[in-house]
Amino acid sequence: MYIKDLYTVESLYRENMVVKGYQFGKGDKAACIIGSLRGNELQQMYICSQLVRKLKELEANDCISSGKEILVVPVVNAYSMNVGKRFYGVEQTDLNRTFPGSSYGTSTARLTDAVLQQIKDYSYGIQFTSFYMQGEFVPHVRMMETGYQNTSLANLFGLPYVVVRKPKPIDTKTLNFNWQDEMTAAFSVYSNRSDEIDENAARQVVAAVLRFLTRMGILHYESHSGYISHVIKEEDLTDIHARKGGFFRPFVKAGEEVRYNQECAEIVDPYEGEILERIVAPTDGIIFFAHTNPLASENEILFRLIHRLHE
Amino acid sequence: MVEKVVEMELPVGEKLSIIKNRILPDSCEKEYEETGMLSKKLPRIALVTGIHGDELEGQYVCYEIARRIREQKENLTGIVDVYPAINPLGIENAVRSIPTSDMDMNRNFPGDTEGDPTEQLAAAVVADIAGADFCLDVHASDIFVKEIPQVRVSEEFSERMLPYAELLNVDMIWMNATATVHESTLAHSMNLLGIPTMVVEMGLGGRINKSYGNQVVDGIFNLMKKLGIWKGEIAIMQHPVVSTDGEVEFIRAEHVGIFLPAIEHNHYVREGDLIGEIVNPVDGTVRERITASRGGLIFTLREYPVVTHGALLARILV
Repeated sequence: MYIKDLYTVESLYRENMVVKGYQFGKGDKAACIIGSLRGNELQQMYICSQLVRKLKELEANDCISSGKEILVVPVVNAYSMNVGKRFYGVEQTDLNRTFPGSSYGTSTARLTDAVLQQIKDYSYGIQFTSFYMQGEFVPHVRMMETGYQNTSLANLFGLPYVVVRKPKPIDTKTLNFNWQDEMTAAFSVYSNRSDEIDENAARQVVAAVLRFLTRMGILHYESHSGYISHVIKEEDLTDIHARKGGFFRPFVKAGEEVRYNQECAEIVDPYEGEILERIVAPTDGIIFFAHTNPLASENEILFRLIHRLHE
Repeated sequence: MVEKVVEMELPVGEKLSIIKNRILPDSCEKEYEETGMLSKKLPRIALVTGIHGDELEGQYVCYEIARRIREQKENLTGIVDVYPAINPLGIENAVRSIPTSDMDMNRNFPGDTEGDPTEQLAAAVVADIAGADFCLDVHASDIFVKEIPQVRVSEEFSERMLPYAELLNVDMIWMNATATVHESTLAHSMNLLGIPTMVVEMGLGGRINKSYGNQVVDGIFNLMKKLGIWKGEIAIMQHPVVSTDGEVEFIRAEHVGIFLPAIEHNHYVREGDLIGEIVNPVDGTVRERITASRGGLIFTLREYPVVTHGALLARILV
């Protein structure tokens, strides 16, 4: 393993923030794995740390294919992580909305440009990222429909689902989109949560990445075959909204199967404790996303359901 | 008359409301109050502000527009819809984004009626403005740099928008300022819907500059007169400088430290003039002396002293 400094951010009164890359193997830039871009992406950084630990072990056992290089960047935005902020710097910018960046732009643009320059030549790019809504996901691989996306490749992670999303204008500023623009086959891998550590989910994602690297000939490693992924389009998910604001009391979790009309949650009056609304499943399906904040506003998306899919 | 554009129940005993003040000619008020509509078509302008909760210059503009119309109501010949707070929670909490989601409201347009709460709010605002003859989105700068009153227009809509922009009594029209006219903004979304929409920027985040506000309000009355919404007297207008991105020189920090400007905002500099210094308070040294690489008008100047690499210090219109 070779640790290299990818970029250094200077500060007046804080220690410099060094973006570190952990390189395994030597040769073709085969795969790059990026962890936390946002300060609350704790699970994402944790998964990377476990991946680094595992790759160290595999490298010591000569399991990295000769002529192949893997780079792991556990965290880009350590400054925000250390102060409990999601976004970056004094201007509180979302790094994952500032790609491709610019070497002569703002401090944020310089950071994202420097990172992209260091990672753009890898054949495969894997980013552990988070969703803007606070909640729990079924682990999945997400791809943007850029024209370059390849769901067959995404299947090789062996996670239960592959989601294809039509990019909105704002998505064009994400790492995933810009990585694909640089002709890297880019995948966003979603674990279940962001702001707390889930060991089982982390193990599942580490295994999925190792499985993918093995199938792409980058590692020699025996692993379970995983799932044959179910490919879904994001626009086909059925959203279940709250119609009242109050406490959110869920009865089902991400990954569970629900039946038509099954009670999934209640909205409870925050003052008097009475049930204001019973949230029922509008169709049979599997809970793909579940809101986890104990409070919910009117119109909040409480669940996203994979319509008429059974376990 | 104050109306709710959209309201949404927050978790604990509060409704989030986006409001507008619909100001009508006296002769139309009774009919509108009774029926919620007007039998004859009147020209309508939508004045929007408060998308970013830390930009308050538009608060004064809304106040002054409503005040001047009230004083000369007989001159009103159309509809003025004033939307003072598109992001009310942001304004009340002094944050730029929507506090509940940390999302930039101006990256969520045109919204989605079936989407998350932010997208639904955005969609409701777009639907309410739709049908207007003109929309003006008033922004301030952020809390870091101060701006002269200016209109920012994307190149895509520049030919159509330039004649309107020249009416607004601003100091400058900046074509193709891409960050502000991003595709997910209100302005871009409304322009795509065929509603001529412009963005005005001025002053500083978290502050109100009445002089700038009055200048832009004079321009808005000039625009309303051209749109047939106002028949009263208007002030003498100034002619703005029209610039493209190629005529704007960005000056950024190349060192970290404390920026001490050596010039005044909205003043001309010559090539080689000192713009400011980045100093180190720890040891009393100067880390960087910033001079003008080209002469021109300092239309943007940093107000927030702490800087890192890449921080915007000034922009010069050459």
